[in-house]
Amino acid sequence: MSRLQVVSGKGGTGKTTVAAALALALATEGKRTLLVEVEGRQGIAQLFETEALPYEERKIAVAPGGGEVYALAIDPELALLDYLQMFYKLGTAGRALKKLGAIDFATTIAPGLRDVLLTGKACEAVRRKDKSGRFAYDYVVMDAPPTGRVTRFLNVNDEVAGLAKIGPIHNQAQAVMRVLKSPATAVHLVTLLEEMPVQETVDGIAELRSAGLPVGRVIVNMVRPTVLDQAELEFAHTAPPSSIAASLSGAGLGGAGRGELAERLVAPLLRQADEYAERFALEREQRAVLTELDLPLHELPLLAEGMDLAGLYELATELRQQGIS
Amino acid sequence: MNSDPAATHDDTAFAPDTTPHPATAPPHALAPVRLLEVDPLLDDPKTRIIVCCGSGGVGKTTTAAALGLRAAERGRKVVVLTIDPARRLAQSMGIDALDNTPRRVKGIEETAGGELHAMMLDMKRTFDEIVEAHADRERAAAILSNPFYQSLSAGFAGTQEYMAMEKLGQLRARDEWDLIVVDTPPSRSALDFLDAPKRLGSFLDGKLIRVLMAPAKVGGRAGMKFLNVGMSMMTGALGKLLGGQLLKDVQTFVAAMDTMFGGFRTRADATYKLLQAPGTAFLVVAAPERDALREAAYFVERLAAEDMPLAGLVLNRVHSSGAAQLSSERALAAAENLEEARIVDQEGGKAGLRNSPDTYGSSESSPSEDSVPAESVPAESVPAESVPDEGSPAAADMDPSARHITAGLLRLHAERMRLLFREQRTRDRFTALHPEVAVAEVGALPGDVHDLVGLRDIGDRLAANWPEPAEEYDAHA
Repeated sequence: MSRLQVVSGKGGTGKTTVAAALALALATEGKRTLLVEVEGRQGIAQLFETEALPYEERKIAVAPGGGEVYALAIDPELALLDYLQMFYKLGTAGRALKKLGAIDFATTIAPGLRDVLLTGKACEAVRRKDKSGRFAYDYVVMDAPPTGRVTRFLNVNDEVAGLAKIGPIHNQAQAVMRVLKSPATAVHLVTLLEEMPVQETVDGIAELRSAGLPVGRVIVNMVRPTVLDQAELEFAHTAPPSSIAASLSGAGLGGAGRGELAERLVAPLLRQADEYAERFALEREQRAVLTELDLPLHELPLLAEGMDLAGLYELATELRQQGIS
Repeated sequence: MNSDPAATHDDTAFAPDTTPHPATAPPHALAPVRLLEVDPLLDDPKTRIIVCCGSGGVGKTTTAAALGLRAAERGRKVVVLTIDPARRLAQSMGIDALDNTPRRVKGIEETAGGELHAMMLDMKRTFDEIVEAHADRERAAAILSNPFYQSLSAGFAGTQEYMAMEKLGQLRARDEWDLIVVDTPPSRSALDFLDAPKRLGSFLDGKLIRVLMAPAKVGGRAGMKFLNVGMSMMTGALGKLLGGQLLKDVQTFVAAMDTMFGGFRTRADATYKLLQAPGTAFLVVAAPERDALREAAYFVERLAAEDMPLAGLVLNRVHSSGAAQLSSERALAAAENLEEARIVDQEGGKAGLRNSPDTYGSSESSPSEDSVPAESVPAESVPAESVPDEGSPAAADMDPSARHITAGLLRLHAERMRLLFREQRTRDRFTALHPEVAVAEVGALPGDVHDLVGLRDIGDRLAANWPEPAEEYDAHA
């Protein structure tokens, strides 16, 4: 089991939710996980219903069985100052650099530096050990940028190592790349059973592979329940509307006669069945595309009442049952 | 309405005064919502730029394409600037590979005299073009081959945003189109496109650039003498950190770009002003989900703070139901009635039926009693006396397979109604915070858009501001 679990996915697929559920799922049996946010959106704090996370590793949840989930929202600027302090003891010079705009430059304009800092911090947490020589975290789960940008984000160290051919940045970039391209890392992609996210997943996997980054699992999120199967959908079309109206009426939904309530419900209900059938067929096609990828495939249900903390634990349990941890 | 941010556009025609849905409306209209009227916005010759922004995965690009198509078919000469369209969407406009040059889209209805052009931003190409246009040949070649430049132009955080704005400025300056519809990049923060030009500007005006340029400008080490100790320490630190060769690349790049910086700054400012000008309309695109609408609210606030003219919110993928008068609880109870009767059948034909209220708690897919506030349930138009009585056909007498399928239809409906109310609650939370924002709702499609017909359909839904065609509701008026 890889110790760095990177979670990406197309926008709107719920990758932050899945990353959080995964961090909870991995924190079983007294294990400790760190959930890392890199895009400054405070999505983790919102999910766990806590105040905004500072740039500091902080316990945000206890998993069933005594495990712990820590969270960290990486601020690239503070990460850079940290880094300068750690390696160069640039105390006052660090502040001067900031005044000059050099820190701002490094974290927003200089190509890739920002990403190097973010991935670098995550890799540092993966490698960190406590005094007894035990890893500080059993797993680090990263809520990464969306599929369209994730390969570039993870691979930027390669580029930076090429750009800065010598010096500490070069070395740092190479060290990070060694972790990211090793079996210690797995990149998971979250998708929905819809055409565009599935296509993006397929493309994303190809990109990750061609960059030599290890692809982990595909997680289908927000899967809706199967209410009617194929045979039932076909039958809905052959059943005479009057018999459906009669059934509705029998169930207490008004008269079945022409223009009466039960009769008037038939057309809209059948139309909803048609829409469902169309989506059902599309989902089946998309599921087939994902199956062909030949990667471990997981499905998480759509939570009817929307996402909340209880739902997050529900998804974590689901992931555990599906053998993700 | 004058104090309304949405009305900073030169008139309020696009966002009429608070207009509740008409009486025939589906139960979306819990709170009166200002309707965003898309056609007057598209038709107004004063509307020259429409910017579609919103978080990732909400259908921004599709909305931009659908708006462009609709405007063109209503007689305007339109160019759609997309940032990163899905392949299928590019194909839907009949263009296999969109590139950095606007291409005319064929197959649209041009009888009204309009045209549709589409292009996809190529940020590196756009950046190269700027360099080529603003530097002499030799200097341009030096910049284009600089490793730092190559990395910068291929996509540092912000290049895409900056180049999108640059391209918008270019298209506007060409004045070949009377309407430009822009999609915005899928940034980590959806407003990066507003910040990127400023950020670049502050970098170019900043002290850092002078430090970086100083050695190259005055010639190597000699220049260091003019810098104070702190500064030389800076360059020293930077050199140590970046590696001497990268620092040199950066310095060479900065020196070569020197003469162009003023131009960048001027154009970034001009584009920013263009966005604030009357004639520009921002549309915030969202889906009726918590995160997307939270981001949308943030957008609305930022746009107001920046004096950017907001036309309204496009809410994509809204679900509705033609049978919205039947609540999910009631549908589930009825489904259980039918299913129980079936079991009774199998047990020996006793025609026993329980009344629906008893069965509430026993559903395995637990109805959402807690979270759907009672007042959000639409007026129950299924009268209480319709509980089966001696006069109705007893459930057990009915065709068992019809009964089974009807139970399925009712469960499907219950699921739809739960989704609908969740979406509605989310939307209502947004409109409570921002009642001034006009909203256009677009009904969810079961599938994806593949062609102009699909885009046209979305355009129709946008303009109708109705999740589904209105006639559906007539039967239940």
